[in-house]
Amino acid sequence: MAVLTEEKTQALHDQVLHLLKEKFTTGIVSSSCEYDFPVFIVEKEIIHDVLQYVKEEPSLNYHFLTTMCVLHYPENHGNEFAVMYQFHNMPANHRIRIKTFIPDQKLEIPTASDIFECANWMERQEYDFFGVNFIGHPNLIRILNMEDITFFPMRKEFPLEDQTRDDKNDTMFGR
Amino acid sequence: MSEIARTKMQMAQAPAGLEGPGFFLTSMEKAVGLARKNSIWPLPFATSCCGIEFMATMASHYDLGRFGSERLSFSPRQADLLMVMGTIAKKMGPVLRQVYEQMAEPRWVLSVGACASSGGIFDTYSVLQGIDRIIPVDVYVPGCPPRPEQIIDGLMRVQDLVGHESFRRRNSQEYKELMNKYGIE
Amino acid sequence: MNEFSSTQEEPKAEEKEYTTLNLGPTHPATHGIFQNVLKMDGEIIRDAVPTIGYIHRAFEKLAERRPYAQIRPLTDRLNYCSSPINNMGWDMTVEKLIRADIPKRVQYMRIVVMELSRISDHIICNSVVGVDTGALTGFTYIFQWREKIYEIFEDICGARLTTNIGRIGGFERQWPDNVWAKIDNFMKEFPRILKEFESLLMRNRIFMERTIGAGPIKPERALEFGFTGPNLRAAGLDYDVRVTNPYSSYEDFTFNIPIGKEGDVYDRFMVREHEMWESLSIIEQALKKIDRKDPIFHGDVPEFFLPPKEDVYNKMEALIYHFKIVMGEMDVPKGEVYHAVEGGNGELGFYLVSDGGRTPYRLHFRRPCFIYYQAYPELIKGSMLSDAILTMSSMNVIAGELDA
Repeated sequence: MAVLTEEKTQALHDQVLHLLKEKFTTGIVSSSCEYDFPVFIVEKEIIHDVLQYVKEEPSLNYHFLTTMCVLHYPENHGNEFAVMYQFHNMPANHRIRIKTFIPDQKLEIPTASDIFECANWMERQEYDFFGVNFIGHPNLIRILNMEDITFFPMRKEFPLEDQTRDDKNDTMFGR
Repeated sequence: MSEIARTKMQMAQAPAGLEGPGFFLTSMEKAVGLARKNSIWPLPFATSCCGIEFMATMASHYDLGRFGSERLSFSPRQADLLMVMGTIAKKMGPVLRQVYEQMAEPRWVLSVGACASSGGIFDTYSVLQGIDRIIPVDVYVPGCPPRPEQIIDGLMRVQDLVGHESFRRRNSQEYKELMNKYGIE
Repeated sequence: MNEFSSTQEEPKAEEKEYTTLNLGPTHPATHGIFQNVLKMDGEIIRDAVPTIGYIHRAFEKLAERRPYAQIRPLTDRLNYCSSPINNMGWDMTVEKLIRADIPKRVQYMRIVVMELSRISDHIICNSVVGVDTGALTGFTYIFQWREKIYEIFEDICGARLTTNIGRIGGFERQWPDNVWAKIDNFMKEFPRILKEFESLLMRNRIFMERTIGAGPIKPERALEFGFTGPNLRAAGLDYDVRVTNPYSSYEDFTFNIPIGKEGDVYDRFMVREHEMWESLSIIEQALKKIDRKDPIFHGDVPEFFLPPKEDVYNKMEALIYHFKIVMGEMDVPKGEVYHAVEGGNGELGFYLVSDGGRTPYRLHFRRPCFIYYQAYPELIKGSMLSDAILTMSSMNVIAGELDA
């Protein structure tokens, strides 16, 4: 059951895109409507300013960071990691999603924790899982895994299973 | 006490022994075993969902206090039975090991739930695949989560072990080898 | 208010030497395993550094390996005190992705199950807040009634706690008659029990003096920290996902949203208490709207919902659907979807990215406990150790949801 109808989503998408394009003339890579969310893909260089803008601009007022996460696309050479932020404007009940892509060689992005305080632990979790360096984060250490591990488990190339088990039969169901 | 109440009362089974007027002769192990098994003080090491089933077991419906485990001890020094309930992650392993080492002999370990017994459905990089990789376990209770009746059954199996334990077991060669296998002094 | 005010001024730096206290991962009062290293000045806490991850089970990585129908058992174990809400949330996320239409009766049945599990979650939280202040009676009395809710779940799906209830498209089987009888019995008896529980704690002077003023938070700070759910409502903001983004036909129901003023432990307790009453009212409304004789218990999604066994043995397409669903080879459209439900602790969100394969490409859980636990150091700075314990238990931090 969709939260917003298609027309309302499209209208919201157009309004936000217009405001974003006015403020950041270049840098908006693309935009679309996914189910009931307007999604905007922006350049990595302007992402911090975009986040500040959507929070502070009175007609946008996306003051609540619902969630953020990182996605790994190992086949997209040059744009392997995507960082997704999802916002909510509670008084007007609008939600949008902003994404940006960062390459594997230079895996860093400015932190959002100076704009949104709840991004603190969310970024630590994404650092723990993917190894993305959030520049300017007050305490970027691992949060969920043990602090001394050297790998980043959520990356696609990392195996899921505990490698020390020898009693499972791989031939039937594969691992 | 009235006759009706007396017939409803369940007495603990006395061990085999020689009885006479004013005396009862049995082996010390059996007597101490009987006392110990009906007053096991558990240390609930509840980490996740099995912990909620343990709360239900301790509550009034499936009262665990009937079996003598009324007083939960959260201090390892005063506990007899370490009940590990829930998933143990690799990050938690050293903590569990430390808690086990702080317990005084005689001590038993009850592993409640699939995650504590073998890792459960979480065959992942961060979950310890069974607590018997780091501490010796006496009774395993399978289930995800096990029903309170199953946890009580696990406790009753521990009671069997406690009731029949020989005094010399903790100093025996076999036990020492078991401890060495885990690297515990 | 007692003469010890909850926040005390920090004296000059040069005279102070702080004690470090480890409120370790295994502690009887922290319901769940998380660690806090506290810097204490006598009995007052000056700083706290939380460490979590002691039950990190890698749900997000596991979900990338499991077909869509097999992820529901994982969602069970997020907030395991109210597993049906998580299950329904996941089913609704997939239904949003495949744009499925679910009949009204199924949606109302889902609401009954979700509200029952919300009541069961709030029972745990409130009785445990009582236990942490020393009042064990409420816990022993009201836990009996959680068993009644468990019996209802057991008759619907077979399990008590980690229910794996519902399927993509509806419910796995028609609810038998004794389920309705049990729900009716519950609705008849529980209000009296809840009133009895309230009478023990709600206007109890000792409880009130312990909890009023402990761990307060202002609504602006709560929003900054990403609070949702009863904790945010106790701070004064009436944000409820069931009202702002209604799902599963919540818009057909009338219910109030209780809010507090100070955001302290007493307000959180009261908000949860009133939410239990509101849940009872919603269940009553739903029971009136559901036609118990109606045979429909799932939507028309043959590619995701197992066909009846007689069809599997007799019809070819049912056999193929059965095979594909069981082996996990369902055809899911590409796309990304976010769906949020009002969990026991707040907005539980599922961000699902599908690349058309048999398993999700990325599944991210927006876990409310994880997000609002960041505020814990701020809530307890300047308060005493016993208030810190109370604050933690009143925030209803469930370790499964914290670490995922």
